Amino acid sequence: MASNSKTLRSPLQVARGLGSAKHGTEHWWSQRLTAIALVPLTVWFVFGVIGHLGADHAAFVAWMKSPFSAVMMVLTAVVTFHHAQSGLQVVIEDYVHVEWQKMALIIGVKFLSFALAAACVLAVVKIFIGA
Amino acid sequence: MANGSGRPLSPHLQVYKLPLTAVMSITHRITGVGLAVGTLLLVWWLVAAATGPEAFARAQGFIGSFFGLLLMFGWTAALYYHLCNGIRHLVWDAGKAFELTDADRNNKVVLGATAVLTVLTWIVGLAAW
Repeated sequence: MASNSKTLRSPLQVARGLGSAKHGTEHWWSQRLTAIALVPLTVWFVFGVIGHLGADHAAFVAWMKSPFSAVMMVLTAVVTFHHAQSGLQVVIEDYVHVEWQKMALIIGVKFLSFALAAACVLAVVKIFIGA
Repeated sequence: MANGSGRPLSPHLQVYKLPLTAVMSITHRITGVGLAVGTLLLVWWLVAAATGPEAFARAQGFIGSFFGLLLMFGWTAALYYHLCNGIRHLVWDAGKAFELTDADRNNKVVLGATAVLTVLTWIVGLAAW
């Protein structure tokens, strides 16, 4: 380009807009990473739910007082919401083509997802620490 | 060809019968969105447990109601579908199983695994209740 061209544009100007530098695969990769993490977490979660169907409050509290269960529940909630907002973002990007609506939905989904994840974490921590 | 160009047309989605692989692809997305909505129940469950015995009893009562059980059944099936088909996507991401014969076989593997796991979970769940 710069060596043989008659253009005055810099190499950077030519490269701009052609694709990402370094972070282009990040979203794709984080979706896969959370997907892999969710395989064992989901299996644990299903067994946990089955074990506490119709359980009373004391039984549930006892379950969440176990450090292993509390950590697994926090991980399940956080990774699930991360995976969910990441997937919903792609769905919105595919089907909503009015720019401000797309942005509003993506921002709304992300804020709501992280707020709900925070609520789950606080709930587990409160039970774990609580008397 | 209908447009007179002699070139192939892309499928017209309103009259084109989607192959099973395509139906399963869009189902992956639909179950994903459904599961995202289902996380609200998880939030309610955990926050209710953190709030106290009465709030937790209300959440457990809802889950045990007819409507709650119906939701949980749909949620179980969607969860297993998304899990099994998600593993299939990870295999694709590894660059494997792209042949049509693989796709046809894996359609059945995913659907079979979803059905078996859903039914097994509910048998164990209802027995453990």
